[in-house]
Amino acid sequence: MEILIIVLAGLLIGASVYLMLSKSLLRIILGTGILSHGILLMLLTMGGLKRGGIPVLDDSVQQYTDPLPQAMLLTVIVITFALTAYMLVVAIRVYRELGTDDVEQLKGVPREDD
Amino acid sequence: MTLIHFAILLPVIAAVGIGILYRFYKKIHLGWFVLPIPAVITVYLATLIPAVSNNQVIYETMQFMPRVGMNFDVYIDGLSLLFAILIAGIGTLVVLYSIGYLSQQEKLGNFYVYLLIFMTAMLGVVLNDNVLMLYLFWELTSISSFLLIAYWFTRERSIYGAQKSMLITMFGGFLMLGGFIILSLITDTYSIRGMIEQVPAIQEDPMTMLAIVLILFGAFTKSAQFPFYIWLPDAMEAPTPVSAYLHSATMVKAGLYLVARFTPLFAFSELWVWSILGVGLITLVWAAFNAIKQDDLKAVLAFSTVSQLGLIMSLLGAGALAVQTGAAEGLFTVAVVAAVFHLINHATFKGALFMIIGIVDHETGTRSLKKLGGLMTIMPISFTMTLITSLSMAGIPPFNGFLSKELFLEAMFALREADFSVLADVSVLFPLLAIVGSIFTFVYSIILIRGIFMGKQMPATPKKPQEAPALMLISPMILTILVVVFGLFPNILSGSIIDPAAMSILNTSEPLNTEIYHWHGWDSPALWSTIAIIAAGTLMYLFRDVWKPVYRLGTDAFTLNYLYDQGLIYSRLGAERITDGYMTGYIRSYLIYIFGAFVIFSLITLINTDISFDWGVTAPIALPEMLIILIILAAVAAMLITRSRMVSIIMFSTIGFSLSLLFVFFRAVDLALTQLAVEAITTALFLLAFFHLPKRSRHEEHRRFKLNNLMISAAVGIVATVIGLAAYSNRLFDSISQFYIDNVYDLAAGGNMVNVILVDFRGLDTLFETLVFGIAGLGVFVLLKLRVNKEGENKYEEHP
Repeated sequence: MEILIIVLAGLLIGASVYLMLSKSLLRIILGTGILSHGILLMLLTMGGLKRGGIPVLDDSVQQYTDPLPQAMLLTVIVITFALTAYMLVVAIRVYRELGTDDVEQLKGVPREDD
Repeated sequence: MTLIHFAILLPVIAAVGIGILYRFYKKIHLGWFVLPIPAVITVYLATLIPAVSNNQVIYETMQFMPRVGMNFDVYIDGLSLLFAILIAGIGTLVVLYSIGYLSQQEKLGNFYVYLLIFMTAMLGVVLNDNVLMLYLFWELTSISSFLLIAYWFTRERSIYGAQKSMLITMFGGFLMLGGFIILSLITDTYSIRGMIEQVPAIQEDPMTMLAIVLILFGAFTKSAQFPFYIWLPDAMEAPTPVSAYLHSATMVKAGLYLVARFTPLFAFSELWVWSILGVGLITLVWAAFNAIKQDDLKAVLAFSTVSQLGLIMSLLGAGALAVQTGAAEGLFTVAVVAAVFHLINHATFKGALFMIIGIVDHETGTRSLKKLGGLMTIMPISFTMTLITSLSMAGIPPFNGFLSKELFLEAMFALREADFSVLADVSVLFPLLAIVGSIFTFVYSIILIRGIFMGKQMPATPKKPQEAPALMLISPMILTILVVVFGLFPNILSGSIIDPAAMSILNTSEPLNTEIYHWHGWDSPALWSTIAIIAAGTLMYLFRDVWKPVYRLGTDAFTLNYLYDQGLIYSRLGAERITDGYMTGYIRSYLIYIFGAFVIFSLITLINTDISFDWGVTAPIALPEMLIILIILAAVAAMLITRSRMVSIIMFSTIGFSLSLLFVFFRAVDLALTQLAVEAITTALFLLAFFHLPKRSRHEEHRRFKLNNLMISAAVGIVATVIGLAAYSNRLFDSISQFYIDNVYDLAAGGNMVNVILVDFRGLDTLFETLVFGIAGLGVFVLLKLRVNKEGENKYEEHP
């Protein structure tokens, strides 16, 4: 199971890189979202999967699943959301101001000496 | 921290107070408050003379950065004390002079703060035993020199000169650091004393040659030796007190100090000896030759300074031979004595000359030789002082310059009699170059006297000339008196200051008992040389119109300044081209750099590390999980292929929701809940944004573009997978999770471990996370609402 999930995570990361390298702003944002999904899975797997009960204190349970990655990943999820929202708004603003969402056309301001 | 450390740091400590004082109190010229500082240090240093001249050394250590061996180790022997007294003494006179020179309209705060920083830096250079600290102070002198040259920073020439001096001296300084590091690697110490004790080890090490070359770069750039001297004439844009102080009397002598200090260390090396001797002599002749053609008085003095520095440098080279031959009483000992003596003399007569030129500039408004003349009757005191100091510079008896110039000539003649393994036939060049250089020196000294004070008075000076106020005359007067006193009674210096300094350079404890005479007898070659110099110099001066066209022979294309300027332009162009080459401005390029670096460095690490892929017991795979994974795979594939933005958003959400399902199977309930909530909001957000974004989610992409992207993303994906597998199967240490599991109830009184970790064990993290969240929210709001109108003012948009 762990191996499978790690491979899946690698696949998600690869796909996210492909999306991020494309020209459209929307795809770049979706790419970052996928990237965080991939990393979520990767980190969660590092603690081992399904190695015990749900990490809520219970006298009948002998072994718990590792709670630490879960706590960290909770933070990751929330921060990713903030990031996605922010980037989305930047994209909207860029499109409205400049009339394009093609990052190839967003190459800075022409320099005066050019 | 001892009194000596305090004395070194006093100026920089005082600089803080001076800076604040200047903000609030401007009634009295700031210089009066600065004046006591160098004066006190001078007096303090003077009290050390008796001890040091009795062959004692003072060594005080202060821990600064003991871990790296960088300690503030003060070491005072004859050589460092001589330099320290010069720095503090001339510093006192310069501050006094500057009170008259700089009016209160100038930015005096800046001036004195920089000057005080320089004092500390320079004292630090000459009183340090630790090479790292020496380097630190060395660069600090370069920085303060930069600030002082650019004091009138609205003038283009000032900025040019400041930049030039900084580039050249720091270039050399940095190379010098390399030399120090090589030395410390050989000897395993940063102390110069410690290094001198290990000369045999240094002698044997092949890297020593490189260290010598690097350290010489430092010394030659700082002391403006050929071909690095070009920064010094441009440094004359600084206010004249600065030129007198930094660029004539002290800072430019740091290179000489370095050479003198390292002479016991490197004197065995022929490379060291001949470089110093050769470069010194070339500098002496070349700069003196160039001084004659200058029109600006300060330029004459700048070239003259370069030339005199070359003279002292060549003497130190001859002195190194004295150490090499091991005979303290040998012929060349006279060279070391001459070097030290001329160092003092140069500080006196050149310092005075700079101050007088400053007075002339101040009172007439010009420094051009063409516009000046006939000031003898109007400025009699300045004239007298110029006469004495210039003649001393020219080497005319009975002034002090004559005495050291005689010693110099004697040393150069002595070189001929030495037994050289190499260059035996060339040795005739040494006295020859010395005499030629001295003739040029004589000519420009005469030009200074006659050009300013004799001949017809020029009506074209911008200001009506008059004698300077007494305040400005005191400092050059003191120096001129010293020129005469040292000239008439040289032996008041020899026992107390010259001998201890010469002994430190020679690294000997045998007393030298130097006696300096005016008269060396009829058979002295120096006597006949002096007569020849005066005769030839007078002739050359009288017929200068005949031979002066010589200066027009050279073209501008190959001057050192031209090379420097071109080098600067092309290095700037080159840097620009390289930067433009990789800073394309496309986000995609930068992403490729990031991912490429990730792949390459990860691969290098993975290849070089011994990794075994052994994952032991893994959890079983259940059918529902398999199904979910398949759904995710399908969604990813659809996302990559689709052109529709709606489909991509839906597929994105599909992945997110599937993930939360997976979390349920992985016993991560809190994660699943959070992911579910966040995914719902994210989807809503995307749908909201949907309205504002363009229809097509993909732009036309070429096959090659796609192929490149595919390769990069495949590489990143594979490397990430391998890293994941490697990390999973190689545990370096035990997880800290058990601590949380064990203590969740006892310490935090909670049952849900994930929640407790978040809000209790790692509570601060979570707090700041909310802060990040708040900032992001603020950003979103501002981006949506705020508009910049055409006038550049911010305003809220009514209809977003």
